[in-house]
Amino acid sequence: MSDKSAFSAALVPYRPISAGLSVTLGVLVWALVLGGWMYLANGNHVPAMFLPDPGKVLATAGKLAMDGSLWSNTIASAQVVLIGFVVSSVVAVPLGLYMGTYRAVQAALDPLVNFIRYLPVTSFVPLFILWIGIGLEERVAVIVFGTFFQQLVMIADAARSVPRDLVNAAYTLGTKRSTTVRHIVFPSTLPAVLDVLRVTVGWAWTYLVVAELVAAKSGLGYMSLKAMRGFQVDIIFLAIAMIGILGLITDQGFRLLRRVIAPWAI
Amino acid sequence: MTSSADITISDVSLRYGKGAKTVLALDGISLDVKPNEFAVIVGPSGCGKSSLLYLIAGLEDLTGGRITVGGQGIEGPGPDRGMVFQSYTLFPWLTVAQNVEYGPRRRGLGEAERKALVDHYLEEVGLASFRNHYPAQLSGGMKQRVAIARALANDPAVLLMDEPFGALDSQTRHTMQRLLLRVWDHSHKTVLFVTHDIEEAILLADRVFVMSGRPGQIRKVLTVDFPRPRVGDIVLDPAFIAMKREIMGLLRSEDDDH
Repeated sequence: MSDKSAFSAALVPYRPISAGLSVTLGVLVWALVLGGWMYLANGNHVPAMFLPDPGKVLATAGKLAMDGSLWSNTIASAQVVLIGFVVSSVVAVPLGLYMGTYRAVQAALDPLVNFIRYLPVTSFVPLFILWIGIGLEERVAVIVFGTFFQQLVMIADAARSVPRDLVNAAYTLGTKRSTTVRHIVFPSTLPAVLDVLRVTVGWAWTYLVVAELVAAKSGLGYMSLKAMRGFQVDIIFLAIAMIGILGLITDQGFRLLRRVIAPWAI
Repeated sequence: MTSSADITISDVSLRYGKGAKTVLALDGISLDVKPNEFAVIVGPSGCGKSSLLYLIAGLEDLTGGRITVGGQGIEGPGPDRGMVFQSYTLFPWLTVAQNVEYGPRRRGLGEAERKALVDHYLEEVGLASFRNHYPAQLSGGMKQRVAIARALANDPAVLLMDEPFGALDSQTRHTMQRLLLRVWDHSHKTVLFVTHDIEEAILLADRVFVMSGRPGQIRKVLTVDFPRPRVGDIVLDPAFIAMKREIMGLLRSEDDDH
């Protein structure tokens, strides 16, 4: 294929493009962003106090990796996200499936859940600090509060959209109504549930940083806040990059998990 | 040996909604399907023929009359009444073989027994080599063949079929009709088959119940005594065409009534 036809193919809506072009475009945008950053940081266009050079951030990464503080803060954050996310998901997944399957559960929970869902989590942070203190439990609580109700609603939606005749077919094959969630709704919605988890784990990271900025003695958000006080903008950049990298890894992890445990869903 | 029961429908009616918005879907339907009989209900869309199958399957509750299968009243759905649906209802998370053994597994049959059933019925529908495929990898016709195998592997007393070939192209539909006749010849299970395709009805049936629409009522019962096995050219037989014309007439006069 000539360059010209590869280029014209890219202009056709929905037309697949070659793997080479796909990678090139992705790299190009990254290169533009990094190049723009270097240009702004190096040409005295923006004071170094506000925008560090990418090299400086890398050097800082190396320094903090050596003294261990980068790892301890990353692990501290990841731990809180993991605990909060698991606690939320372990309850939200089964409850959401029942909520989508049984109208009575939906009728009972919908009004409350839809009220709480629209409350900004940040407004609860002072309350949680008052109730729970500023330990790990408080940050876990913020994450759970931020993700649980969203997960619940999205998982209930997935359960509600299970085709009715799929359930009917299961009945005519001897499935008891009391085991419908276990035998039909759960396996049927598994790919959708994994997608919900993949999306909401990103939100968990957002709420974590919110919680750490307000009340924490470790973690990437805390590291950023401390750096701000010392005008160490390179460390702030490093913390942000670290969260991005962890997000990327988690996302790919969920994609892989979906391929492994739900290979039937394309 | 497979099981086979009769179906008795007496004065069944079905109403949807309440008050002024009530819709009478079925109005005093009575019909009997004998054990080992292949009965077909043909009628215009919306005449309630599918609803009747859902009532027999126990997937909907009737609002009047009585239905029995093998002398037993209907109390919810159960594995004694197998059903093949118009929409594709294979479990997408299970392979073809796992779909077929789903019913036997629910009944608690052992692995060796289940495997024998899967082998037998996949052979019957000609899909033995697709046993490890997922439904998403199959064509529409293949999905319905697996659905038939899955229903039969559970050895229901009656098999209910709700326009199972309605979504298929005409070529595939013809293949599926021949396949169903062949499979049925081996089991002679009681079948109640619903369709709006007159030719399909005559080709398959021992008896055809012609249904009128809104509210659904049985208009006429025709006995189809073409010898079995029924092969390709039968649809061109003058007697076949005459019967087709009669049913068309019954359904058309139906249109004129409105």
